[in-house]
Amino acid sequence: MNLSKSLKSKSPRLGGLLRNSLLSATVAGMALMAGPSFAQTLTAVKHSALRVLDPILTTAYMSRNHGYMIFDTLYALDSDLVPQPQMVDSHTVSDDGLVYRFTLRDGLKFHDGAPVTGEDVAASIARWGERDGMGQVLMTFVDSMSGDGNVFVMNLKEPYGLVIDSLAKPSSNVPFIMPKRLAETPSTEPIPEQIGSGPFTWVADEFQPGVKAVYAKNEDYVPRDEPASWASGGKVVKVDRVEWVVVSDDQTTLNALQAGEIDYWESPPNDLLPILDANSEITVRNLNKMGFQTIMRPNALHPPMDNPLIRKAAIAAVNQKDVLDALVGSPDYYNLCGAMFVCDTPLASDVGGETLVKGNGMDKAKALLAEAGYDGTPIVIMHPTDVGSLRTQPVVVAQAMRDAGFVVDLQAMDWQTLVGRRASQAPIAEGGWNMFITNWVGADVFNPLVNNMVNGKGPDGGWFGWPEVPKLEELRMAYATSGSLDEQKKYAEEIQKIAYEEGVYAPIGQYFIPTAWNSQLEGVLDGPAPFFWNISK
Amino acid sequence: MFGYILQRLLAAIPVMGFVALFVFLLLRLTPGDPAAILAGDTATPEQLEAIRDSLGLNDPLFVQFFSWISDLLRGDFGTSILSGKPVIELIADRMEPTISLALTTITLSVIIAVPLGVIAAWKQGTLIDRFVMLLSVLGFSVPVFVIGYLMISLFSMQLGWFPVQGFKPIGDGVGQFLHRIALPTLTLTLLYIALIARITRTSMLEILGDDYVRTARAKGLPESRVLMRHALRNCSVPIITVIGIGFALIISGVVVTESVFNLPGLGRLTVDAVLSRDYPVIQAVILLASLIYVVINLLIDIAYVLLDPRIRYS
Repeated sequence: MNLSKSLKSKSPRLGGLLRNSLLSATVAGMALMAGPSFAQTLTAVKHSALRVLDPILTTAYMSRNHGYMIFDTLYALDSDLVPQPQMVDSHTVSDDGLVYRFTLRDGLKFHDGAPVTGEDVAASIARWGERDGMGQVLMTFVDSMSGDGNVFVMNLKEPYGLVIDSLAKPSSNVPFIMPKRLAETPSTEPIPEQIGSGPFTWVADEFQPGVKAVYAKNEDYVPRDEPASWASGGKVVKVDRVEWVVVSDDQTTLNALQAGEIDYWESPPNDLLPILDANSEITVRNLNKMGFQTIMRPNALHPPMDNPLIRKAAIAAVNQKDVLDALVGSPDYYNLCGAMFVCDTPLASDVGGETLVKGNGMDKAKALLAEAGYDGTPIVIMHPTDVGSLRTQPVVVAQAMRDAGFVVDLQAMDWQTLVGRRASQAPIAEGGWNMFITNWVGADVFNPLVNNMVNGKGPDGGWFGWPEVPKLEELRMAYATSGSLDEQKKYAEEIQKIAYEEGVYAPIGQYFIPTAWNSQLEGVLDGPAPFFWNISK
Repeated sequence: MFGYILQRLLAAIPVMGFVALFVFLLLRLTPGDPAAILAGDTATPEQLEAIRDSLGLNDPLFVQFFSWISDLLRGDFGTSILSGKPVIELIADRMEPTISLALTTITLSVIIAVPLGVIAAWKQGTLIDRFVMLLSVLGFSVPVFVIGYLMISLFSMQLGWFPVQGFKPIGDGVGQFLHRIALPTLTLTLLYIALIARITRTSMLEILGDDYVRTARAKGLPESRVLMRHALRNCSVPIITVIGIGFALIISGVVVTESVFNLPGLGRLTVDAVLSRDYPVIQAVILLASLIYVVINLLIDIAYVLLDPRIRYS
């Protein structure tokens, strides 16, 4: 038997049969797919997977975003960075500036039906104040907090100008309000339930870490009357459900968005933006005007970077444009910005960051190295290779430093290894480090209290890298107690100047990650975090 | 036979014990601190210590190990450090996509690859043999993610026949299940066809020259019977071995395929857990994968006996 002939002679029939079968199967599949309608489900792919559900326990942005879905805040910043009341109806301040009395809005209820009380607020603010940097500063001024009915009272030891600004803190950790029984959980342990008073409720049964997180519209939520602006104003939910699905592959996410399988993609990578821009059915827009600040952080504890001259030399060697060209590519999505408190904000200043922006600091770097008597000790830079937004900068910075005369030991590792290792204050030979690079959303660095890098407390209470600069702490306190924006600007500029002089850290570029969504969506809000109220489908 | 199975199962206990100890130590010696990951950027050293205490990470290693093992023996796989969900739930959620993909892929591959391998051997040197070998080379050479993207491009983006990504449990309806699993199955099937067809062809070529095959033909048996009854059955041992190992490989995670088609399987669970140093999840998944290998090897050995009466285990 000649099989090849046999196949050939039968191929037309076989082909027809296959084609018919495939079409039938496809039609049947489509019919089955058409089943229940989920027109009011908004499906979003976020920048990462949601794993930790307690937005006070961790600073992870996904946990913060989750917090915004199910919890609410007393105050929130609007798009002009002005704090606006959110859960609060009104507040009064005593003449001596020591007693703040907040009255909550009518109708605020937790998802379990219990009313939101001043006691819930006091417990929530206390827990937040244990963990958050700005909250910790606030707590140093707080004498006591109490609640009675829908009133929350905060008694201060001395006047503090940033009470409302602290309660309106927009990014990690956000002072979310939760029931007292949850807020009494030690701040080093996760809360056991997800009960808030926010615009969405948590669908616990459908939560699959690393796969899917589901939120349902909170039918009992009473939005404010004002239009939504950032996290302030009316949080009007216009869909029944929001599903955050995890798609680990960018190409697959792109295809899924184009095919209409997902509605919203929080952080498409830069190399795929031209494809998205070219698709008329997809809207691409930067929602976070403050963007991200990528920073280099030297470790001030160990030689040779315990010498400020060496730290300054490393900073002077870097050209922001080189970093951003490598990291982002398109100048449409980056900004040369030497302002530690982010460009285009009230506290923005150019002081000290000139060489970073102009890229003309190489000679200065070499001179500083010579002045410092650098002996060629290798600089250990931790290089996280598994995070797309962090793997590029260390390479560029290392090369710039080599060009200036540094010997650089660029050590590849995954991000979680870096997270563990950066906490080590041990000498280099015992697992320590000299420098790492990370990114912050603008809202996490836009003033001297939220910006961890200008903390000058040193090894005891400082942020990784631990520069001990008492003057910075004095100025931060002066900023905290200052009475006007002009004064705040003055102190912020002074802090920035000293931070550059001491080489405590350097912003090595501001960049923006636009969000892409199906153009059928309307009402997508700008903000320091992705918000899902106000969106209709 | 029963005694042999019992003996093999008992022998698996020390194997699993060794794997447990090895995984546990390897994780503890790997850089990275789940408490630091959990605590975030602004935790004080005291808070970090408190988190480590609450997770039991400050206990001596042997205390941590025996605590884990004793929980394990009671059926408690622990809870995820990050999400706080029971590990057994996390694994159960991921089992269906993985097992579904393994079953559909292996079934389709065997249905296609074994006949192709038999025909290629039977018609050695002909056009069809060369075609099967070409298919085999392509299946081995083209990376799975390339095949996956090509499949998505053609069948999802151009023709719109299948969804780009995602998984639907069979409980949501067979149609939806098949609709979602079709492309990843086809993608992996190309690889497994290459593997199984090549092994089948090679094994058949060795057998087809044997005396008993010539005798069968001389007796006037139909060629199909000679091939399927006499030759294929006698060369089934290596084929079964490859199929078994292939099945185990898919079950223990095909991360690339799962990522390209966004299947929430065990592979992605493992990678995510490793990247976030979620010790209880990593430990449980690796133990499970080891158990799967042990069981599948045992099943392969049992299949040898059923397929080849010459093989006996005492």
